[in-house]
Amino acid sequence: MLQQLLTYLEYPFVRYALIVGTLIALCSSLFGVTLVLKRFSFIGDGLSHVAFGAIAVASVLRLSSDMLFVLPATVLCAVLLLRVGQNAKIKGDAAIAMMSVGALAIGYLLMNLFSTSANISGDVCSTLFGSTSILTLSKAEVWLCVALSILVVAVYLLFYNKIFAVTFDESFARASGLSVNACNLLIAVIIAVIIVLAMNLVGSLLISALVIFPALSAMRVFRSFQAVTVCSAIVSVCATLTGMLISILAETPVGSTIVAVDIAVFALFSLAGKILKRA
Amino acid sequence: MAILQCDNLSFGYEGRALIRDLSFSVQAGDYLCVVGQNGSGKTTLMRTILGLQSPLSGRVILGDGLRQNEIGYLPQQTLIQRDFPASVEEIVRSGCQGRLGLRPFYSAAEKQRAREAMEKLSVSELARRCYRELSGGQQQRVLLARALCATEKLLLLDEPVAGLDPMATDEMYRLIEGLNQEGITLIMISHDLHYALGHASHILQIGRDWFFGSKADYLRSPTGRNFLRAGRGER
Repeated sequence: MLQQLLTYLEYPFVRYALIVGTLIALCSSLFGVTLVLKRFSFIGDGLSHVAFGAIAVASVLRLSSDMLFVLPATVLCAVLLLRVGQNAKIKGDAAIAMMSVGALAIGYLLMNLFSTSANISGDVCSTLFGSTSILTLSKAEVWLCVALSILVVAVYLLFYNKIFAVTFDESFARASGLSVNACNLLIAVIIAVIIVLAMNLVGSLLISALVIFPALSAMRVFRSFQAVTVCSAIVSVCATLTGMLISILAETPVGSTIVAVDIAVFALFSLAGKILKRA
Repeated sequence: MAILQCDNLSFGYEGRALIRDLSFSVQAGDYLCVVGQNGSGKTTLMRTILGLQSPLSGRVILGDGLRQNEIGYLPQQTLIQRDFPASVEEIVRSGCQGRLGLRPFYSAAEKQRAREAMEKLSVSELARRCYRELSGGQQQRVLLARALCATEKLLLLDEPVAGLDPMATDEMYRLIEGLNQEGITLIMISHDLHYALGHASHILQIGRDWFFGSKADYLRSPTGRNFLRAGRGER
């Protein structure tokens, strides 16, 4: 089995996939903690559907690089969702549901009306579940992914204390002079970037799992914000790498294998949390 | 000069005023209790003073060189916080947020400040404990330590003893009075009129007919006597 693995690792596209997978896992888990604690989990889900719609538009327009269109479109929707959430004419969760289902439907409709390939259902399936796109990354896409990941991690480290303050108590943070709106906006934009990155790995339907599961697992066991953040990053990277290796060896779909590993880890941590509490 | 002065302040939500033309001033070292029925706008007044929402008309003026972000605030607990994985130390340190400005990390002086605040409110030995596993009284002391990190002059407390058992309540009141004796000005929302009349230096009652003045004046005023009578009737 090890022999087989080493053979696979000689292919550059496998190595690219592993590098990108690790980076995406790291980024998505960092902001997962904040998303879960702020009860923002659904924003991630909604944005991933928006990204699906954007990809459909990009493929209809026959753009050479999807990312250049999908990224700004998703970031824009993230900003809009936050603004709508504040205006409260349509409540936050309803606005998210509306936008996500709408984007999904329009995306599929566009792909059907202006089909650019013979195999539409195959295209749709791979965008939703990310079956192969991680293995077909070009060198440029890998570098873009590396650059964006570094940006995300740097922003997280620089704003760590502010993100903590905003997550724990918005009123207090605002009273101590922190620009809470700017912080929330930053968080939403970064989430959008992460989601577009992660689409390559697990597809748009499964992204939320990548964001939420590591954070929830870490929260079962650890009791400080710092420990939870570090643990969820480690859990996420390990689970993603394990999932990718399994999927390469067993020839299972990448995205769903990773999520399955995440679920298993969550079950394990829940159990560990229960045992620790009793002790 | 007063440390805080409100001139003809009207405040409320979405353009509808809860209270109109409220004027009062707080001197350094005062202990002001804000009383009034539920929904009369006590918390909204605090949010307006803190600049979390803008007044519909009138002004809030800070004196004594006090800046907007140098007011310590003890808000009522939110649902999110009850299930939040954070250590006591992390929470108290976040009180230094206002000093941080654009800097990303806390300095040694700020960490020291957080330690001193924990010492003062006797939560030092809980520093590494998880916030959500503490008792209600301990949680309130942690949040008060955080508020103390933010200020040297003025603390705004929104029902600091809500939901605490009698022992924790006494302890909390004792700590709060200690802070006042050290020279920190206090504005506290309270439901406990009996306590307010026992310990505060000034009373602000808000509602349809509002009153502001020293405790002695309040006891003599018709507003105060009415409110006291109503309070006794309820019991």
